[in-house]
Amino acid sequence: MDVLIPLLLLVLVGYVVGTWIETQHFKNIRERERRTRNLPALTMKLPLASTQVSDVTLVSGSVVVSVDYFKRFVMSLIQLVGGRISSYETLMDRARREAQLRMKEQAMQWGATSIVNLRMETSTIANQNKKNNLGTVEVLAYGTAIKARSL
Amino acid sequence: MILTNIETIPGKTIVKHYGLVSGNTIRAKHIGRDIMAGFKNIFGGELKGYTELLEESRNEAVSRMVDQAKSVGANAVVNVRFSTSAIAQGAAELYAYGTAVSVE
Repeated sequence: MDVLIPLLLLVLVGYVVGTWIETQHFKNIRERERRTRNLPALTMKLPLASTQVSDVTLVSGSVVVSVDYFKRFVMSLIQLVGGRISSYETLMDRARREAQLRMKEQAMQWGATSIVNLRMETSTIANQNKKNNLGTVEVLAYGTAIKARSL
Repeated sequence: MILTNIETIPGKTIVKHYGLVSGNTIRAKHIGRDIMAGFKNIFGGELKGYTELLEESRNEAVSRMVDQAKSVGANAVVNVRFSTSAIAQGAAELYAYGTAVSVE
């Protein structure tokens, strides 16, 4: 019983604070996505043939995010029966969108008109404490920013 | 030094290839950051300390790659790729590689 109480407390704190942080983060992401909407990021290798390119550079954005204690707890329960873990899906969604936004913001500062060959890379970050390994990921988004000559 | 992750540099022509250039760095997190990250693990969200650490390391790997490209006389690196691997507990290797070229 003595072990159970701190665990439940952690789960509860994780749920309340974690959910709040996530809601704030999504709100922030949506707002920044609106602001960067007119900078297209394409996964195509080359810009359109009609584009008059004046300058190119490599841009990247990365973020490390982790899940809260509540989600980790839910995950361990789901793992008993298997199935979809939607709480981790939102984590990855957040990470990818955040990394893309950082890349786009860097490109905008440089004066890019579009980004081509967008690539994403995901890697798990290992903690010294083996138990906490689950749920800390780094997402890196990188691409080639293009500055087009205005016609 | 122009860097791209596509095979060419749009608007320019490649006149010479110099082959592979790469840069790597292995970084360990210091204990303070690890403890802070441990706390943040309860609440979830971004671990700013790690983000900064990885960003710094990646910049270092890129600058080593650029130095290597400069030393062979290239003025651009195309097809840049990144890779991250956790080689030991608490340490990660950041690796950047690409093809050094001369463009006009």
